Amino acid sequence: MNKYTDLELQIKSVKYRKALLKYIKIANAGHTGGSLSCTDILNVLYNDVMNVSPENFHDNNRDRYIQSKGHSVEAFYVVLADKGFFPASDLKTMCKYQSKYIGHPTRKVNGIEFNTGGLGHGLPISAGIAKAGKMDNAPYKVFTLLGDGELAEGSNWEGAMMAAHYKLDNLVAILDHNALQITGTNREVCSPYPIDEKFKAFGWEVLEVDGNNISQLRETFAKVPSHEGRPTLIIANTVKGKGVSFMEDVKKWHHGVPSDEQYEQAINELDAELEKLEA
Amino acid sequence: MTATKLDMGRANLEEFSATLIELGKNDKNIIAVTSDSRGSGKLVPFGEQLPEQIVEVGIAEQNLVGVAAGLASAQKKVFAVSPACFLTARSLEQAKNDVAYSNMPVTLIGISAGVSYGALGSTHHSLHDVAVFRAINNIDIIVPADNFETREAIKAASESKKPIFIKFGKKAMPILPRLEQSFEIGKASTICEGSDVTFIACGETVAPAYEAAQTLQEKGISAEVISMHTIKPLDKEAVIKSASKCKVVITVEEHSIYGGLGEACASLLMQEKIYKPFKIVGLPDEETVAGSQNEIFNHYGISAEGLSKTALELL
Repeated sequence: MNKYTDLELQIKSVKYRKALLKYIKIANAGHTGGSLSCTDILNVLYNDVMNVSPENFHDNNRDRYIQSKGHSVEAFYVVLADKGFFPASDLKTMCKYQSKYIGHPTRKVNGIEFNTGGLGHGLPISAGIAKAGKMDNAPYKVFTLLGDGELAEGSNWEGAMMAAHYKLDNLVAILDHNALQITGTNREVCSPYPIDEKFKAFGWEVLEVDGNNISQLRETFAKVPSHEGRPTLIIANTVKGKGVSFMEDVKKWHHGVPSDEQYEQAINELDAELEKLEA
Repeated sequence: MTATKLDMGRANLEEFSATLIELGKNDKNIIAVTSDSRGSGKLVPFGEQLPEQIVEVGIAEQNLVGVAAGLASAQKKVFAVSPACFLTARSLEQAKNDVAYSNMPVTLIGISAGVSYGALGSTHHSLHDVAVFRAINNIDIIVPADNFETREAIKAASESKKPIFIKFGKKAMPILPRLEQSFEIGKASTICEGSDVTFIACGETVAPAYEAAQTLQEKGISAEVISMHTIKPLDKEAVIKSASKCKVVITVEEHSIYGGLGEACASLLMQEKIYKPFKIVGLPDEETVAGSQNEIFNHYGISAEGLSKTALELL
């Protein structure tokens, strides 16, 4: 894989944000805030970290990505389209009658490993894939993106316990820690904190990173697995709605669709950012 | 048909375990996943002989099924084994999403199904499992009657590319006769032919249905017994053919009378405009009486006596 520069990836992130807003606007539906928060993580995973492409997608040695926080599918679709898994123009049908590009990840879409959407599923599934990798002595790693709200699902902790028990150091969970869920902040709804201490107590290696900072993300992923015999959790501190001023850290954008005026403002802001980066 | 005392085989659970060892020895991709259930699943010998092919997740059924789906996606042939009561309720969303919806070739093995844990109460009974899986797209439901059907079902499942749920109990089962010694998922097995009464049964209720047929024979009534080992996809042709030629139809199952084999047959026959006197024998919508599996069967008329009485009332 040709290495991108940090700047090239930063530019990609802005383009991804523009694209996902465009398709959310066309669909008149989508999980806007969460997609914007995890865009940089997906960007770095697919463009810098993972060995997966349309060409090797059926090779058992490919790296795996399981999107446990399935609602942020718009960011996922946009990145997959950019990687060449399908034409980006297909996304104009997103959430429309008979489209395969539905509002949660589906294996009908090329590049997607599992149908997700119900929360608390990604970690057990990923632990199973990682366990198979250990059994086969296969070189692949398994990455799963968790939402912070979904940590309330008990199945995550079942999976966390088992992954440590089997020393699955080929498993990397990334927490999109934007600290907001549909009802309010994680702390208000049902506090998951301290998250790092909990995972450490379960036997995981825990790293923390600014999840909207491309160079920090790259440096952090380069360290993984950071401890032999332990699964890794990367707590990626992000901003829900990242990149659009009026959406940032505002809970109503969990699945808000911008009005025409708001959409124009959002695109203008992102274009200004793009111009700055490209200058 | 002459009344004969059937020879006894072993528990379907033991047949499953022996079959899985045979398959596992020849294919290292055969994996058993257990939730602290290797003892109750008779998988201790499997674990001893094939230690690299068993994954223990502890008492965590949601994780059991999620992990099973993950393993299956990485080309393993996975048997996720847990008591049916927990497997089909605690981890139902994983079965629905990670296995059925994601189309992973996992075989969910519900052990000690129905009222096998009779005296342990409703927490340990599984009388809803067929109903829930009938309503979930893309999963076959198999309820084998005897050792032959169990062995063949497990072999078929190991070759299958799609999700399957198989359940059985832990009591020794008689060796049933059958017109043809063959097994195919979705093809019912005729145990004996008759022309007055049709018993369409599954799992551990096929033996009492067969005994009832023998009892009725002594009274000059001819009863057909069908082992409907696959409830989904239902062998429609077998149901229609048997119901059409007999005067009354009785379904028998170790399951709630709601949502199981009986309602599947009733729905089919109504829509095919085959209107016959019809009775669903199973567990009624009440807190199940305490007792052994056998006592519970007798209590609810799943016995030679109870089923022949039901047939006589219906005729």
